Amino acid sequence: MSKPSDLVQGTLDLLILKILALEPLHGWAISQRLKQVSGDVLQVSDGSLYPALHKLEQEGWITAVWKATENNRRAKFYELTRSGRKELERETANWQRLSTAISGIVKLKEA
Amino acid sequence: MRWIHTMSLRLRSLLRRSRVEDELDAEFRYHLDRQTEAFVERGLSPDEARAAARRAIGGVEQRKEECRDARRVSWIENLVRDLRHAARVLRGSPGFTCVAIVSLALGIGANTAIFQLLDAIRLRSLPVADAQELAEVRPAGGHGGMGLTNGFNSEMTNPLWEQIRDRQEAFSGIFAWGTTGFLMGRGAETQNLNGLWVSGDFFSVLRVAPARGRLIAAVDDQRGCGPRNAVISYAFWQGHFGGSDSAVGSTLTIFGKPIDVIGVTPPEFFGLEIGKRFDVALPICSAATWGNSLDQRHVWWLTVMGRLKPGWTIARASEHLRTISAGVFDATVPIGYEGTSRDVYRTFQLIAQPAGSGVSRLRAMYERSLWLLMGITGLVLLIACANLANLMLARGAAREREIAIRVAIGASRIRVAMQLLSESLLLAALGGVLGASIAAFLSRAVIAFLTTESDELHLDVGLDWRIFAFTASIALLTCVIFGLAPAVKSSLIEPGAVVKSGGRGTTMGRERFMVRRLLVAGQVSVSLILLVVALLFVRSFRNLITLDTGFRRSGIVLALFADLSGPRAAPDRRSAVLATQAMLLDEIRSVPRIEAAAVSTQFPLNGSSWTQGVRVQDERRGSSKFTYISADYFKTFGIPILAGRDVNDFDTGDGRKVVIVSEAFVRRFFANTNALGRLVRTVAEPGYPEALYEVVGVVGDTKYADLRDEIPPIAYVPIAQHPNLQSLKGIVFRSSAPLSDVIADVRRKVGAMNPNIVMQFGVFETQIRERLVRERLMAWLAGFFGALAALLATIGLYGVISYMVVSRRSEIGIRLALGASAPGIVLLILRETALLLSIGVAAGVVLSVMAARSAAVLLFGLSPHDAPTLVAAALLLVVTAGLAGYVPARRASKVDPMIALRCE
Repeated sequence: MSKPSDLVQGTLDLLILKILALEPLHGWAISQRLKQVSGDVLQVSDGSLYPALHKLEQEGWITAVWKATENNRRAKFYELTRSGRKELERETANWQRLSTAISGIVKLKEA
Repeated sequence: MRWIHTMSLRLRSLLRRSRVEDELDAEFRYHLDRQTEAFVERGLSPDEARAAARRAIGGVEQRKEECRDARRVSWIENLVRDLRHAARVLRGSPGFTCVAIVSLALGIGANTAIFQLLDAIRLRSLPVADAQELAEVRPAGGHGGMGLTNGFNSEMTNPLWEQIRDRQEAFSGIFAWGTTGFLMGRGAETQNLNGLWVSGDFFSVLRVAPARGRLIAAVDDQRGCGPRNAVISYAFWQGHFGGSDSAVGSTLTIFGKPIDVIGVTPPEFFGLEIGKRFDVALPICSAATWGNSLDQRHVWWLTVMGRLKPGWTIARASEHLRTISAGVFDATVPIGYEGTSRDVYRTFQLIAQPAGSGVSRLRAMYERSLWLLMGITGLVLLIACANLANLMLARGAAREREIAIRVAIGASRIRVAMQLLSESLLLAALGGVLGASIAAFLSRAVIAFLTTESDELHLDVGLDWRIFAFTASIALLTCVIFGLAPAVKSSLIEPGAVVKSGGRGTTMGRERFMVRRLLVAGQVSVSLILLVVALLFVRSFRNLITLDTGFRRSGIVLALFADLSGPRAAPDRRSAVLATQAMLLDEIRSVPRIEAAAVSTQFPLNGSSWTQGVRVQDERRGSSKFTYISADYFKTFGIPILAGRDVNDFDTGDGRKVVIVSEAFVRRFFANTNALGRLVRTVAEPGYPEALYEVVGVVGDTKYADLRDEIPPIAYVPIAQHPNLQSLKGIVFRSSAPLSDVIADVRRKVGAMNPNIVMQFGVFETQIRERLVRERLMAWLAGFFGALAALLATIGLYGVISYMVVSRRSEIGIRLALGASAPGIVLLILRETALLLSIGVAAGVVLSVMAARSAAVLLFGLSPHDAPTLVAAALLLVVTAGLAGYVPARRASKVDPMIALRCE
């Protein structure tokens, strides 16, 4: 089915952290934002989102609070912690290194 | 700080599980609601929208489980749930559970208990600082029974000790000690204490510090010190003085002399003999108060030990001791021996041997038995594990379908394995806990068993965690390996196949069954070994108690007397002793219901022995046991006088010396010819000069010092002709009235006659029984474990055959439907039993013959390869195990073919 392995390993975490860096969101909103920003290129199933969120919470990179939503229901909002922000920087740097390297290889002209 | 955060989250997940679960529910509910709304907005019907939302998330429960996994505490929750489930499953089959737990517990418990005892008497060091530096000094091979030996492990005389002390250079400190019974108090209140003679450096070399007061020091142990300065043990301090501080400075009456208590030893110090506990210690010099043992060169009553100098090994110390041996022994040759004995003495060589674990009579007596028991209990554990493996495999086979279904509906194999594992763990844990309590009970029970009235044991046997952990992990491993087997198996097969195959299961394949068969055959063979050993010990014990000893045992009392009115000057000592002795005998004979009484220097079968060299017509040399007796000795013990006469009043010290000899004596020295009137010359010993005796009687053969020994030649000499009468000797009397009444009468009469005489009584039958305590213990324990092994093997066989019957039910149904007879079916199944049994028994016989050899020295009156025992054990096993096979076989023949076939 749709496992995070559809994404490059570990990218889901990066995406979630990046999205949460902008504003605290609840799970559904995160899933909507993921679809929005990535269009149809990245297939993130709703199912794999939640285990990833719980894992990130467990790692201490995000925390959760129960708050009222825009339509006045209670939902679990996730927000980035300080260490989460550091992790995001780390991951972003990693990603940039990796993508530069890969694109460099891909752009090589065949002799 | 992150770990604090993580930890608190984990704790929250763990401790507030319902709250966390609720949140998880709410989170997913919210998501589904919003997603449904979104789909509805896109134009789906509410039902379709909800279904689509669920599809998008891909199985809400699985996701939740993934979330829980992400929280990483689920394994604890799972474990708790698994354990609960396991407990329920185990409760569901109480028979299996009981057999598994009890057999495990017995295996673990028995091993731990026996090892604890072994450790206590053999392996543990003395509770003193740097015990490994201690070494004992003794003549190589012992002193060969020369002279008089008092106490266990007494390999030194006082003159020898003084020589060694002054000449040795191997030890930084050296000391001597001896054990003896101290009589405390006066008259009827006399108590027998465990006494200890110690040299001045005893406590300082051992580095024992006082708990109260001070301990005996070098200044206290000087020749001519007189009866002074007692040190008491902590236990005696607590028991006798109630732990009061006034104990130090108070006075104890020992052998009629008042002696001041100067100090108390610490609680952990019990002396140097394992299994014993000293009460009162006196300096060696004070022994002179009650005799001249300080200068006697033939009285062996001390043990010499020392602390090796730094850098000195046992070997180097032995080397050094060898060099001083000649000087030490030349200077201490006992007086009164004839030439050859003196030469033997001069050839003695001193050696050093490790003494860090103290000395122990228990060790000498029980070490071999305990190692053997260790082997037996090891085999019991082996059988218990085999049994457990078998039971687990049978259960696993029965549950294969259940497991297959669980895997088919989505349980991960790890989870299934974890669940089976938790059942195994639970079994092993319960078995372990029960095993620990069995260990504690059994080791105490064995000590209680070995403790007799005259021989109290003090052993510290706390639970030994090393051996407990070892045996428990063997049990655990068995549980885990065989408990997991079905899970491993099921992961190799396609769940669908198992479910489809219906009741038959796919594992009727022979290969699994082969393992179980091998296990049962193994169990049968090992339990045969244990049964053979058990029967050997039971028969050996029976041989001992039914042995013809040559004298009667019932209704006989052995009495010891000591006159505390103090030593008299040597010249009239002998006649004084004889006079008191005669008065005592008269008093006892006048007690109503006493049928016969006599004086005797030796009590038979109590381990003590007096041997002297004899010469007949100045040619045949040999040795004979000697007992000095009064008239009626033979009457009291019911020993037949075959020729000649008993001792009588005319056999006085001044008259012609006479001897009455046993048949074995006649056989040995007179070639079985007429002995009356023949002459016997004794070989000189200290205090026993050469003398010529005329044989005036021949009596029946009897055992002497020990039931287990061969019947020796015995010479009986009238007590009045005893060459060296120093103290009152024992008196034996016989009565058919209740012995406790008679003893009370004697106590009263003798007390009235002379209040300075203290008495000690023993019932002959009880003493004989107590000396067979090792044999009885081995018979009991080996018997118990043998029976247990046979039982476990029987259960194992029953399990395998039952399982086979169940799994072949449809086949049997078809056979019956096709016209097979019921007896035919029974035979079919029994053939299987017979096969397993014959393989097991055949292997068992071979192994037993090999194993029994190690028991040889502990057996009496039968060879370890005793054929009747082997046959009896095999028969016993074949019959019980055969029955265990017959029951399911009979059940198989009762199968209703229609039902069996319909089950397909």
